[in-house]
Amino acid sequence: MMSSPRSGGRPRRSLLYIPGNNPGMIQNCAIYGADGVLLDLEDAIALAEKDAARALVRHALEALDFGGVERVVRINARDTPFFAADLAEIIPARPDAIRLPKVDSAEDVLEADRLISRIEAERGLPPGGIGIQAMLETARAIVNAASIAAASPRLVGLTLGGQDLAADLGIKATAGGLELLYAKSAVVIAAKAFGLEAFDTVYTAIDDLAGLAEQAALALSLGFSGKAAIHPSQVPVIHAAFAPTEKELRKALAVVKAAREAEERRSGVVAVDGKMVDAPVVAQAERTLELARLAGMEVPSA
Amino acid sequence: MKLDMTQNSLGRLVPRGAPGLGELAPFAGAYARLDGTYEWTPRAFPRRVPAPSSDKVAPSLEETIRRSGLDSGMTVSFHHHLRNGDAVVDLVLGAAERLGIRNLTLAPSSLGDSHDCVAEYLRRGVVTRLNTSGVRGEVGKAISQGRFEAPVVIRSHGGRARAIEEGSLRIDVAFLAAPACDRLGNMTGSSGKTACGSLGYAMHDARYAGHVVAVTDNLVPYPLAPRISVPQHLVDQVAVVDSIGDPSRIATGATRISRDPVQLRIAELAFGLVRASGLLVEGCSFQTGGGGPSLAVARYVRDYMKEKGVKGSYCIGGITGYMADMLKEGLFDALFDVQSFDAAVTGSIAGNPRHLEVDVSCYANPFNKGCLVNDLDIVALAALDVDVDFNVDVLTGHDGVLRGASGGHSDTAAGAKLAIITVPSMRNGVPSIRERVQTAVTPGETVDAIVTERGMAINPRREDLARAARAAGLPVKGIRELKAEIERVTGVPDEVRFSDEVVGIVEYRDGTIIDSIRRVD
Repeated sequence: MMSSPRSGGRPRRSLLYIPGNNPGMIQNCAIYGADGVLLDLEDAIALAEKDAARALVRHALEALDFGGVERVVRINARDTPFFAADLAEIIPARPDAIRLPKVDSAEDVLEADRLISRIEAERGLPPGGIGIQAMLETARAIVNAASIAAASPRLVGLTLGGQDLAADLGIKATAGGLELLYAKSAVVIAAKAFGLEAFDTVYTAIDDLAGLAEQAALALSLGFSGKAAIHPSQVPVIHAAFAPTEKELRKALAVVKAAREAEERRSGVVAVDGKMVDAPVVAQAERTLELARLAGMEVPSA
Repeated sequence: MKLDMTQNSLGRLVPRGAPGLGELAPFAGAYARLDGTYEWTPRAFPRRVPAPSSDKVAPSLEETIRRSGLDSGMTVSFHHHLRNGDAVVDLVLGAAERLGIRNLTLAPSSLGDSHDCVAEYLRRGVVTRLNTSGVRGEVGKAISQGRFEAPVVIRSHGGRARAIEEGSLRIDVAFLAAPACDRLGNMTGSSGKTACGSLGYAMHDARYAGHVVAVTDNLVPYPLAPRISVPQHLVDQVAVVDSIGDPSRIATGATRISRDPVQLRIAELAFGLVRASGLLVEGCSFQTGGGGPSLAVARYVRDYMKEKGVKGSYCIGGITGYMADMLKEGLFDALFDVQSFDAAVTGSIAGNPRHLEVDVSCYANPFNKGCLVNDLDIVALAALDVDVDFNVDVLTGHDGVLRGASGGHSDTAAGAKLAIITVPSMRNGVPSIRERVQTAVTPGETVDAIVTERGMAINPRREDLARAARAAGLPVKGIRELKAEIERVTGVPDEVRFSDEVVGIVEYRDGTIIDSIRRVD
């Protein structure tokens, strides 16, 4: 389990930002090993290049084979002059999802939803086929997290914009990230409450892979489904952090096996290694097995 | 020039002979002369007995050349251990020109970025013919424009060693740059301010050249110790010059493993194949190329060996500081070093008794009694282009102009149990898998797999390897499928237009002609 009802069972451990104006990187989206790519039209793109990047990303979506990699486009925020133009050009190219930055309230999501729905109708695209990931990047957004998460059935996930949030709070983001702990948990809880996935913010020190590994492990422990990456070298580190240990895998296998056997016996109570196993523990174990499979570990069928 | 052409077993048109090169045999398969029955007879050359001397140092480079008997029309050799800092080719050709010597055949072990001067000597008639492993820049253009008097001969390192031993390549005078040398000609590359590591090519030329000159800027007290790479009994004269090269371009730092995600992805997949092959086990032997994705394979191999506690037997080849570190970490028992790729190796070769300096015949000559590549388990190699028959081109660029080196590519591919070609699927938007490579250097029958960042193709001769790779979950595709997938991004480029004129030949390691190089109009 643990993928949200709308996730389609896709892995989303890593989402790699790719500048929307860099054809050399865009053409290689399929090979970085990330579960998804975030083709960026927002912060990575200078004002003078917005139009060119938008056109390049549209062509890439239409022409390139992304393999199994999820295609998400981060457009510009609702309060910018690029918002409507981004959607008008990108939606017809049918990305898997739009990442909407600077979402402060449910209305930001609904406005995007209305525009996307209109374009879908005009183009004869299946309604509701393109998801929205909402980026919460302000104190106000964190306060409104629940109403944002409930805003639209088009939502697939919430994500934290850590750098912007730190700026909004007037605090300095540290490597340990303790100052963002509340915001992270708020995003996770709001997302889970409405059946959405939650994605952790980027780790900006690209040479500090050890620091990244710690933050990715923290993200997993807080309940995030995945973490954004800003350099291809971060992807394997994030995946490693999301991979269970051999010991965790063995334990999860034992739990799932015991639960299956109990089900066959129609017995509700199961014990593994003398400890009682109930439904939440089984769900956790299933999640561990899923992460193990994603990590390429050998998982015998339980 | 128009030559009598024939098709070899790869379907390539090659000359049956050429002025100055005599009769030429067409390539007939990578192992056609290696079935244990082929015979060869070395050509004998007269040698002069030198008068005994206790000081071989000549007063000047010009005087050395005069005493060597070098004359117009003769063949001179050089080694390329000084990498891109070499000044000796320019110094010697300049001195020869001042002495009125012309029409030389240049037969270096290879030419690099520091040798654009050769194009000038060609223009002035000092050099008119060329045998080499590789070329860059102006010299490559000069070949492709047909400016040499006879077709240029490109040989692999092992093939050049063989040609010298046979006498089909006769060196009249070898000018061997020596980072450290004593008055009787003992020399080494492992000390001095221009230290370059192994002198593996020089060791071979010194043994077979008619006359041997050590060219040094670092005359040390006799005897050179503790290491002698080329001993005095092979050396006729010592020429002392101000500088044999630019230390900043010789003493390059350690070759760094690429951080380019495309190259790392290729290396990761190549390593996956190495693992799947079952060859990466206790006692294995290993070689990589000196850069790009092939060197990056070493990173994955190193991590794996450390993690699993696997200890290999030896590494060979062009040795980088990275391999020297692996030796130091105890991951291999020994390194056989014919050529050091970076100056980070120098300390290791000078100080680690398990870092062995070997000559190029020992490394790769297919006709001796057992060169190192014959026992090699795994080699990861680079390429410029490959084709659907798994042939590899390491010589011609997308514009058809020569800009690469044959090197040890075909030698190691033929010898290794697993030869992996690592190549980006495209460069500057031009696809790397073609219907036919422009210049076949390494024949497809010696290549086991081609690995790109978009997946790998395995030679149909290696169904066992393909099965193992698929079982390991690796992205195995048909070579045509992979080619088509790449061309969906790049399109199919127009062919380069060549004239019929043969301006060079590519000699396979066994002395047969595997391909010809044509003039680019």
